Amino acid sequence: MFDNFPLWPERASTAAANVDALFIFLLIVSGMMTALIFTAVVYFAARYRRRKGVPAEQIEGSTPLELTWSFIPFVVFMVIFAWGAVVYFQSRTPPRDSTEVYVVAKQWMWKLEHAEGQREINELHVPVGRDVKLIMTSQDVIHSFFVPAFRMKQDVLPGRYTVAWFRATKPGTYHLFCTQYCGTQHSGMIGNVIVQEPAQYEAWMSGGSTGPLSATGEKIFAELGCVTCHRTDSQGRGPNLQGVFGKPVQLDDGRTVTADENYIRECILDPGARRVKGFQPIMPTFQGLVSEEQVNALVAYVKSLAQPATAGVKTAAVTAPQNQSQDQNQAAGSQVNP
Amino acid sequence: MPDSSATAIAGEAHGEHNPALLHHFATEEQQRDSSNLGMWIFLATEVMFFGGLFCAYLIYRGWYFGDFAAASTSIDAALGGANTAVLICSSLTVVLAIWAAQTSRRGLLLVMLALTMLFGCTFLGIKGLEYKDKFEEHHVPGASFSFDRVQIPGHPDQYANPQHAQIFFALYFIMTGLHALHMIIGLGLFAWLFWMAWKGRFTPEYHTPLEIGGLYWHFVDIVWIYLFPLLYLIDRHR
Amino acid sequence: MATATPQPAAQPGVQAIERENYLNKHYGVPSWLFTTDHKRIALLYLMSITFFFFIGGFFALLIRLELLTPAGDLVQADTYNKLFTQHGQVMVFFFLIPSIPAVLGNFLVPMMIGAKDLAFPRINLLSWYLYIIGGIMMLHCMLTGGVDTGWTFYVPFSTAFSNTKVIEAGLAIFVAGFSSILTGLNFIVTIHRMRAPGMTWSRLPLFIWAHYATSIIQILGTPVIAITLVLVVAERALHLGIFDPKLGGDPLLFQHLFWFYSHPAVYIMILPSMGIMSEIIACFSRKRIFGYTFVALSSISIAVFGFVVWAHHMFVAGISVYAALVFSILSYAVAVPSAVKVFNWTATLYKGSIRYDAPMLYAFGFLGLFTIGGLTGLFLAALGIDMHVHDTYFVIAHFHYIMVGGALMGYLGGMHFWWPKISGKLYPEGWARLAALIVFIGFNLTFFPQFILGYVGMPRRYYQYPPEFQVLNVLSTAGATVLGIGYLLPMIYFLWSMRYGKPAPDNPWNAAGLEWKTQSPPTTYNFEEEQIVTWEAYNYEELDAPQKQEVPVAR
Repeated sequence: MFDNFPLWPERASTAAANVDALFIFLLIVSGMMTALIFTAVVYFAARYRRRKGVPAEQIEGSTPLELTWSFIPFVVFMVIFAWGAVVYFQSRTPPRDSTEVYVVAKQWMWKLEHAEGQREINELHVPVGRDVKLIMTSQDVIHSFFVPAFRMKQDVLPGRYTVAWFRATKPGTYHLFCTQYCGTQHSGMIGNVIVQEPAQYEAWMSGGSTGPLSATGEKIFAELGCVTCHRTDSQGRGPNLQGVFGKPVQLDDGRTVTADENYIRECILDPGARRVKGFQPIMPTFQGLVSEEQVNALVAYVKSLAQPATAGVKTAAVTAPQNQSQDQNQAAGSQVNP
Repeated sequence: MPDSSATAIAGEAHGEHNPALLHHFATEEQQRDSSNLGMWIFLATEVMFFGGLFCAYLIYRGWYFGDFAAASTSIDAALGGANTAVLICSSLTVVLAIWAAQTSRRGLLLVMLALTMLFGCTFLGIKGLEYKDKFEEHHVPGASFSFDRVQIPGHPDQYANPQHAQIFFALYFIMTGLHALHMIIGLGLFAWLFWMAWKGRFTPEYHTPLEIGGLYWHFVDIVWIYLFPLLYLIDRHR
Repeated sequence: MATATPQPAAQPGVQAIERENYLNKHYGVPSWLFTTDHKRIALLYLMSITFFFFIGGFFALLIRLELLTPAGDLVQADTYNKLFTQHGQVMVFFFLIPSIPAVLGNFLVPMMIGAKDLAFPRINLLSWYLYIIGGIMMLHCMLTGGVDTGWTFYVPFSTAFSNTKVIEAGLAIFVAGFSSILTGLNFIVTIHRMRAPGMTWSRLPLFIWAHYATSIIQILGTPVIAITLVLVVAERALHLGIFDPKLGGDPLLFQHLFWFYSHPAVYIMILPSMGIMSEIIACFSRKRIFGYTFVALSSISIAVFGFVVWAHHMFVAGISVYAALVFSILSYAVAVPSAVKVFNWTATLYKGSIRYDAPMLYAFGFLGLFTIGGLTGLFLAALGIDMHVHDTYFVIAHFHYIMVGGALMGYLGGMHFWWPKISGKLYPEGWARLAALIVFIGFNLTFFPQFILGYVGMPRRYYQYPPEFQVLNVLSTAGATVLGIGYLLPMIYFLWSMRYGKPAPDNPWNAAGLEWKTQSPPTTYNFEEEQIVTWEAYNYEELDAPQKQEVPVAR
């Protein structure tokens, strides 16, 4: 709208249109209700102002009227609820095959790493029209990743991953805000999401990186000695991680969990919490020995073991898995639930 | 009784009513009912107060069951059980004290109140012993906390996560500490009731402070009845 | 009398002899500090909360001044963080939560039910002492460094990262919370046990129903935040791991425990104001509130439903999608009784006989502003919208519309309505109407632009912002200045009226309700004789019947 007097945020993602539609519907409903009440109050106040010799008429009430004006708003509210729920559900369910970006928030900056390996600080380059999934964690306090133009917001928590996704629809540069108060420079923890045409994005991508995140993860996997127990050629002292990502895992207390990002992360940092059935509890914890970025790389590596090649990533170092798991169609876009 | 009501309203002269009747009440019955309702509501607030702690405890116990079980075996269930018996006996003495007041048995009333306080002090003493033990074993959360290589009951080759065990102990100390604080307040309350009983203030017609003091004491007892199995008896059958 | 024109108590030319009342019965500071008279305690609270309102308002002024420009140039970042934190804490815990119950509730609840005092007068005094102790602790905290966690104290920032006086602030609020609990306890017992003969539940003024519902929330909700603050203080002081993920704890557990109280707390803030609305609208329309039973029951249902919606503050915090669905649908359920009340008040105006005295102007303002505030709550309860506007200025605008446009307007309306009863003096009506208008205009100018700011994306708790947000911020600050003037005026003319105001008759508005049968100001024990109630609430037909004896009409 006007440059220095914005009345509406830009619309730059597929979700934006959905959110705006619901918002406009609410504006209309609220506007009508406000007009109704305002008009009634003003009209009654004027029409029934105190006049000599005209007493007030005592009206006890009207149960049918009460029920009507309880029921009709309730129905309208349920419509709003349902519509809002649908929009929310879509926004919280990342599509499969989304491009993944790992985000580490810290006081007071955003550190981002694409699965392909590019690192950014306070900036996120994405191509138009691609589903992008953010896998986010914090190094310290709770932050929140907010891009108004995408109508997208998700709190970023220490100690676990939270996930958000979007598909940008319009090239441009859009505000990125931290929107969960996090200390002194909370209002300085801002940046930009830069949406580019695919060609420009490829050009930017090829401008140097340290290699795909999963390759970094593989290096760390070897350096930390994980490979001694989690062998890929045979069953070692630890579970074979080939194809484990996204699949159900049986725990020793009888429960079954899905091996999503949070579970893999927990296994690294707190291996005793949810142990895999049939294995000795000998895995040491790596809490304090790995940074958030290193954990992200390890998670990316384990994910890459789920299928021969991840979308858009050339993994040079992955050997062809000997024991291919039967079900190939497990989603990489699993829901990261608390 | 219009006369005493009018008297009570005007607040001028003392009619034929118990000197314990406060002037803003119309009748003794109103005063007694109000005091009782007030104490019940206060106990409801205490339920919510402890409730937050129980909520946190139940959530972490669900998540870290093995670690909590290991930590639970390290606190002395015998001492805890003894304390449970002590408190149950003290609730009995409270009930007997009230009966004594209802039947004008001043001597028995004083004895029962004294016994209640004695039991309360015993409880605190045993609690002190437990805390001392925990301190010596370095199970008090903080810089000197240690909980290495403690087996999880029923899983001979698994050890408890010290961090999760520390959460257990943090909640243990806060919950039992808050309970002990309520005990101490209860002791103060009963000391005051003893003093009032000594002065002969209680009659079969008026012993409301005893009743509401008793309610408070029973509540503190019930909180312990929940705390004991939840904290001390996790997986004890193993 | 058919009209409600304020009339002087004395005949012209004859000097009125001041009757003995609760104000002049005893003099001296100790007679105030050790009083057990609910009316004096109400005034003690009035002075205290007004003091804290100024402090909270001063912080708001600094916030809005800083936000005049996009750069952070008035105060430092840390200072700004302390300003909004303390503005919130002072306004919520030391102004809004006590305000109506502790001032108007304390003063009126016994009188409205025909009692001489609350059930526990000494506990009433204790509750004021606790408020003062908490207030002193808070003041000390602010003067010796302040606290910068946000009024919401989110962990792990407040337990492990903030370098400010979190423990002291937490303990101050803990102490003040017990003041709230004791007030609620007192009201519930009083309403149950001390009603005059004939004052059945269905004859109670809706003010009483509202305070009853509020008290239920106070006694059941406040202890939870008390224990939550204890846990935060313990964690911070002893480095425990209850909420710290690095030690196995869960920061979301804090949020659940915190909001379990803090959501019902907003109903503590608004329900009493709704009670006042019923009294004012009935009196200045000269008729019974339309749908009395529904309004009374809606207060109770708001109190009950208010306890099961807390996680609507956490839709993007990391809770599961399914939890979010449950809390969203319940949040819509709690909106229905509030809407019903607005409809009932509006319907009361129909075929009424309406006067535009200052209390009624505040009531009109309330109807408009609460409607807008409540409707924007529907926006926030919609999961799809909340994703976008959570933690932005949209939320700030929403809750200020309810708390300032709703609760504070009700408080001011009530203070004007019952001022003659409380002080025995009349306030200047012309100035009061002007002030009501200024408040309404200033309020909308301050907070309506914030809805827009929120939707275009300005986050909360920012002291610097992108330049394109400046115009809306400037509008908001301009409005705040006007609003401030609107608040100063009543302070000034209420004080003026205590010395120079016309003496008030016992019932200047010819209003219904037992409190108006006492003298203005009342005696210490309120009533000379026991009141025996044989009439329904809001018996305006009898009050306005010309030249008739007051004949109780059985309905």
